[in-house]
Amino acid sequence: MKAWNTWERVLLALLVLLLAGFGWAQPGFMSVDALADSTFNFSEKGILALALALLIITGEIDLSIAAILALSSLAMGYAMQAGAGPLGMVLAAFATGGMAGAVNGVLVTHYKLPSIVVTIGTLSLYRGLAMVALGDKAISGYPEVFSTLGNSYVGEVIGVRWLTLPIEFAILLVAAVAVGITLHRTVLGRRLYAIGANPVAARFSGIEVDRYRLALFVFAGLMAALAAILLTGRIGSTRPNIAMGWELDAITMVILGGVAIEGGRGSIVGTMLAVLLLGLFTFAMGMANVTGIVMSMVIGALLIVSMVLPRLIKRRRVFA
Amino acid sequence: MKNLSSIRREWLLLAIIAAIALAVGARAPVFLTWRNGLDIANDSAILAILVMGQMMVLLTRGIDLSVASNLALTGMVCALLGKAWPGASVPALLLLALTAGALLGAVNGWLITRFDLPPIVVTLGTLSAYRGAIFVASKGAWVSDQDIHPAIKGLPRETWLGLPALVWFALVVLVLAAVFLKLRREGREIYALGGNPHAAAYVGISARKRLMMVYTLSGMLAGLSGLLWVGRYSIAYTELASGYELTVVAACVIGGVSIGGGVGSVLGAALGVLFIGVVNGALPVIQVSPFWQQAIAGAVILVSVAVNARSERRAGRQILESKTLKRVTT
Repeated sequence: MKAWNTWERVLLALLVLLLAGFGWAQPGFMSVDALADSTFNFSEKGILALALALLIITGEIDLSIAAILALSSLAMGYAMQAGAGPLGMVLAAFATGGMAGAVNGVLVTHYKLPSIVVTIGTLSLYRGLAMVALGDKAISGYPEVFSTLGNSYVGEVIGVRWLTLPIEFAILLVAAVAVGITLHRTVLGRRLYAIGANPVAARFSGIEVDRYRLALFVFAGLMAALAAILLTGRIGSTRPNIAMGWELDAITMVILGGVAIEGGRGSIVGTMLAVLLLGLFTFAMGMANVTGIVMSMVIGALLIVSMVLPRLIKRRRVFA
Repeated sequence: MKNLSSIRREWLLLAIIAAIALAVGARAPVFLTWRNGLDIANDSAILAILVMGQMMVLLTRGIDLSVASNLALTGMVCALLGKAWPGASVPALLLLALTAGALLGAVNGWLITRFDLPPIVVTLGTLSAYRGAIFVASKGAWVSDQDIHPAIKGLPRETWLGLPALVWFALVVLVLAAVFLKLRREGREIYALGGNPHAAAYVGISARKRLMMVYTLSGMLAGLSGLLWVGRYSIAYTELASGYELTVVAACVIGGVSIGGGVGSVLGAALGVLFIGVVNGALPVIQVSPFWQQAIAGAVILVSVAVNARSERRAGRQILESKTLKRVTT
C-alpha cells in the first residue's frame, strides 16, 4: 500500500491552503509560538488516531479507546495514592491500558464478536467503572514531572532555548514515524493490509489473523495509556469524564485521513495530515472566536464531503 | 424470525427482568407498586420510541449514530418555533417534529444510498453536524422552562385512560412497528435485505428504497422523541441528550437485535428497553450509587452479545464489512 497517494496530496494542499489563508487573515497565527501552542490541543487525540488507523485498516474498530484513557488516568491516580513514584504510575497506566485492550481483543478474537458491539459495551463498562470509582470527585496533585511532560517544550528540557517543540508533539511525531514505518515498510504492515482487505484469504495464506487482531487491540490500549499519561500531566487532574467523546474525534481524523472504514486501505501519512489539518483548523477558528460546537458542525460536514468528493470524481471518470 | 432459540432468548430476558424486579422488591416493597411501575414506563417511553427506529436500521446491517443529535436539533427547532408562534397547536407541533426529524433522517439515507457510503461514517458525520446546527439555531442560548410553549410542556404530562401520554406514544409506536415488520411487505423486505443482501437483490428488493425508508423512519421517530423530550424536561439546549445514541444501540443489543443485520424482534427490543429502565429505576431504590448504571449496561451488552453469538452458531458478521451490501446497491 502506498503511503503517498492522491488523497495525501489533496490533504497536504488543504493544509498549505489553511496555513496560508489563516496566516493572511489572522495576525499572530503564523508565529512559531502560536503554532507550537496549537499542538497541545491535538497531540493526545493524534496518538489515539494512530492506534485507530491501524485497527480500522485491519477492518476492526475500537470505540472504547477514550474510556481506556480514562481508566489509565485513574490507575495513575490510584498508584500515586498508594505511594508509587512516577515510574510506578506510568507502569500502572500502561498495565491498565494493555489489560483493557486485551479484554477487547479476547472478546473479538476468541468469542468471534463484531468489534463495534464489543467496544460499545466496553466503552460503557470502562467509563462506568471510572465513574463508580471516582463519583463526582477528582484526583489531583500529580508530581511535577508529569506537568513538565504535558506542558513543556523539548528545548527547555535539553537547554536549547530556540527549540519551541512541545514534548507532547515530539512524542506524537516519534510515534507516527514508528507506526508509519511499521505499516508501510515491514512485512507486519503488509499483513495488516491483507487482513483488512480479506481476512479469510489472509488466513488461508498463513497469516495468524486473530493473533494480529488481539495484538492490535492491546496496542490500542497501550496508546490510550500513553495519551492518558500526557493528558493527565497536562491538565493535572483525573476526572471520570476525562477525554469524553474523544473516540469520535479520533475516528473522524482517521477517516478524513483517507482510511477506508471497511478496511484494507489508508496510510499513516494521510492520518497525520488529517490530525494536523483538523487540529490547526480548530485552533485557528478558536483564535477567530468561533465556538467549539460550531467547529464540530464544520468537521462533521468536512468528514462527509471528504468521502463524497472522491466518489463523485470516480463516477465522472467512469461516465466520461 | 420465530425460531426456537429466539423465543427462548426473549423468555430468558423477561425472566431476568422479573428476577431483578422481585429481588429489588423484596428489599424495598415500594419498587413493586403500580406507581413505580408507571414511573419506569414513563422514563423508558422515549427510549422505546428511539429503539424502534434504530432496530429497523440495524436490521439492514446499518447503524444510525445521529439519533441523539437529531432528537436534540428537532427538539430545539420545536422549542424555538413554539416560542416565536404562541398560537401553535399540538397537532401542528407533532407534524413539525415528525417532518423535521424525517428530513434529517432522509439526509442520512440520501448520503448512504446516493454515494454508497458506510452508514457508520455518514451518521458519525451528521452526529457532529446536527449537534453544531443546534448551537447555530439557538445561538448557544438555552430555551428554559418559561419560554417552552405550553402545548409542548403539557403533552407529556397528559394522562389518558390512566396511563401517561408518553407511554401511549411508546405503545402506539411499538404496535405500528410490530405490524409494519410482521405484516407489511416493506417490513419483511427489511429482514430479507439484512439477512442476505445478495438474495434480496435477486428477488427484486430495491436496497436503495428500503435503506432510504429505514433512515427516514429512524429520523422521524427521533424527531418525535425530540418534541417529547423537550416537553418532559421542559428545557432545550445544545448538549441535550448528548451521547444517548449509545444507550439506544445498547438497548437494541440487549434485546437481541443483531448488529450484523436480519435478526431482531419488536418484543425483544422492547424487553431490552425495559431491562435498562428497570435497572436504572432499581439502583436508587436499593441505594446503589447511580454511577453503576453505565458499568452495568456495558457488562450486560457484552454478556448478551456473547449469548447471542453462541445461540446463532455462526461467526458474528461485521458491520464494517459493507462490501456485499455495496455490490447490491450499485
